[in-house]
Amino acid sequence: MATFLGINLFGLFGQLLVGLINGSFYALLSLGLAIIFGLLKIINFAQGAIYMLGAFGAYLALQYLGIGYWAALIVVPLVVGLLGILMERFLIRPIANEDHLYSLLLTFGVALVLQGLFTHMFGSSGLSYAIPDALKGGTKLPFMYLPNYRAWIIIASLIVCVGTWWMIEKTKLGAYLRAGTENPALMQAFGINVPLMVTLTFGFGVALAGFAGVMAAPVYSVSPDMGSNILIVVFAIVVIGGMGSIGGAIITGLGMGIVEGLTKYFYPEASNTVIFLVMVVVLLIKPAGLFGKEA
Amino acid sequence: MSTTRPEKIRINDLHAFYGESHILHGIDLSIGQGELVTLLGRNGAGRSTTLKAIMSMVGRRTGSIVINGTETISMPAHKIAHLGMGFCPEERGIFSSLNVEENLMLPPAVRSDGVSVEEIYDMFPNLYERRYSQGTRLSGGEQQMLALARILRTGANILLLDEITEGLAPVIVQKLAQVLLQLKERGLTILLVEQNFRFAAPIADRHYVMEHGHIVEEVYAHELEAKTELLNTYLGV
Repeated sequence: MATFLGINLFGLFGQLLVGLINGSFYALLSLGLAIIFGLLKIINFAQGAIYMLGAFGAYLALQYLGIGYWAALIVVPLVVGLLGILMERFLIRPIANEDHLYSLLLTFGVALVLQGLFTHMFGSSGLSYAIPDALKGGTKLPFMYLPNYRAWIIIASLIVCVGTWWMIEKTKLGAYLRAGTENPALMQAFGINVPLMVTLTFGFGVALAGFAGVMAAPVYSVSPDMGSNILIVVFAIVVIGGMGSIGGAIITGLGMGIVEGLTKYFYPEASNTVIFLVMVVVLLIKPAGLFGKEA
Repeated sequence: MSTTRPEKIRINDLHAFYGESHILHGIDLSIGQGELVTLLGRNGAGRSTTLKAIMSMVGRRTGSIVINGTETISMPAHKIAHLGMGFCPEERGIFSSLNVEENLMLPPAVRSDGVSVEEIYDMFPNLYERRYSQGTRLSGGEQQMLALARILRTGANILLLDEITEGLAPVIVQKLAQVLLQLKERGLTILLVEQNFRFAAPIADRHYVMEHGHIVEEVYAHELEAKTELLNTYLGV
């Protein structure tokens, strides 16, 4: 067994890999939350349920429509994004002028309804979704065995995260989004259709969660509670990174995945709580979050 | 004066509300093409609200606002700019998450013959030098230049400018007066909310005096001397 200073490198790298995989999902989910929060100023509690919807979407598309993994990776986020658009237009917008607490509770309700519905239809034991043929197998690296699908998760989510960051920070479309986040009334006066922008942004943020769900289907069990389990951790990550920072959401998501992985190796008992510990420390030292702007 | 020119803005019996508060109580005004008209009055008289009501940035508005011959009272807010309107808010509205150039390029073109970016950088060389700085890192004067340049680039030919000289050094105020005169020569129509009467008097064609959400007086440039006493009473100078 390969060891270095008494550390089992196979074990360490193995846990780091698991951490990076989890971190990839954290990054995708917190990115969607950050985008939605930026423009709509609401915390979308349904983000986890939508992630679950993405995974079920992939499963159902394969079972009933014969749509395979690769097509699902495109189609499911689009369908989920469309559902998000309908949700914003017909549920969130009517109460947009009320206290944001109402929309938060509304999205929480949507999450409970979705989770209940899927538990009723599919039970809570979880379903399995096969890894696509092209990504079966793995590569043997000096200190670890790297399954191809896991490498794909990291690469694909990095591409999507960096692409989204680039779109928001470096393009004209992103400038509209950033400016709309700061001063929507003035953007309207400049001739920008802000309500449409809000709807599309919500759709996009939700589609990111749908995408994460499809990616997750082959590695995690497809089950109705997969969303609520991950969402609590993602909220802690959003608090650590600071609400509203796009780059911060991505870096913190990946970083916390790695922190969790390392803890699993060095002190497994703490691995489920370490992120919350980090959250407490960050809140004490920098209440606005690592990348948040101080109010 | 306005009768001989094509009418760009005509407002009849405009009322504006923020929630329960009734701010404008039946405003009537008219501005012809190429005119530079000011709204004078004390703080809280409803001058800024008049501009915001024209842009549909108030809670509710009733009456009639015709821009370039189009009734806009029930138009969605984001369509009003596309009638050729450019709005420069009192707080300038420079976006801190955008750099200078992004701020400049942000508002979509509303007409085809806007001032080109080269011309803008010629007019305001400081903006060119600092084009990659964060928008809100500029000095107050530079931010004001940017807020003005931003709407000139869109091709807007009716400008609503809210307190553009507020808190700026005299040399910058002079520069702004020059710019406004240049714009007037180009045929742009300007409605200016201004506290600084000495800035407004030499460049404006006409003044409306507001008090408690009403227009109480209309003063032409050539009547200024005769009506100085009256203006002083209204403005409390």
